[in-house]
Amino acid sequence: MLIKTYELTADDFTQAGSISSDIRKIAKGYGMSQETIRRVAVACYEAEINMIIHSHGGQIELSIDDEWFNIAFKDVGPGIENIELAMKPGWSTADVVAQNMGFGAGLGLPNIKKNSDTFNLFSDPNGTLLQLGFKRKDTL
Amino acid sequence: MKLQAMLGLINATPITVDDPYIVYREHYYVSCTDLMSDALAMICTNPAQTVLLTGLANGQALRTAEMMDINVIILCRNKTLGVENIELATSMEMNVFTTPLPMFDAVGILYKEGLKTATRHVD
Repeated sequence: MLIKTYELTADDFTQAGSISSDIRKIAKGYGMSQETIRRVAVACYEAEINMIIHSHGGQIELSIDDEWFNIAFKDVGPGIENIELAMKPGWSTADVVAQNMGFGAGLGLPNIKKNSDTFNLFSDPNGTLLQLGFKRKDTL
Repeated sequence: MKLQAMLGLINATPITVDDPYIVYREHYYVSCTDLMSDALAMICTNPAQTVLLTGLANGQALRTAEMMDINVIILCRNKTLGVENIELATSMEMNVFTTPLPMFDAVGILYKEGLKTATRHVD
């Protein structure tokens, strides 16, 4: 069931993390374990930062059912040119602005994958779709 | 070690404090980095007893601590937060301090006094 849709503006570092913070609070409200909440928060925050740094803006959709806590990150262009390279720790196309914010070290996507239970990434020059799933099994 | 003692060792002073009793709580671990991606890439073993020590004085340092369930940040080299980020820290119930020491010196003192690393890499 779709719970909430967030609009994200590109390059807006003043709001960076606010969506992840809200999703983290929702996860807490669903009684998930502290460890799962932390994984949700970290993965979501990295993905939100990636959208701010690399995309032209987009949407983040949160949906929850009895077993899964799902978050979809849908952005508009320019897409990831080489997903295989982007998944390699240390590889990054982020600029100095992102680095000054403490990001852009090429750790984002590998860290997102590490923290999520399901990870699906699709990208073309029109945009990128990242789907993350987190099991709620500890609350069932 | 009580946070109060830790702050005393590195001459740290408050920027914004949400919990007035935080200085009496035991803290044993330090996560030390300017690279927030690096902090997020590691597992924090005990966030309630952990301090984030960083030279990054912006909203992303606050957000990173929030995502890791850490509620104490110490900024190095007398760095402070702007008004907007103090408001953000307050909304997060974050406790932020600043030390005049460079990161290397602050970490060296805390390490010598028995503080442990808060994080471990996960492959």
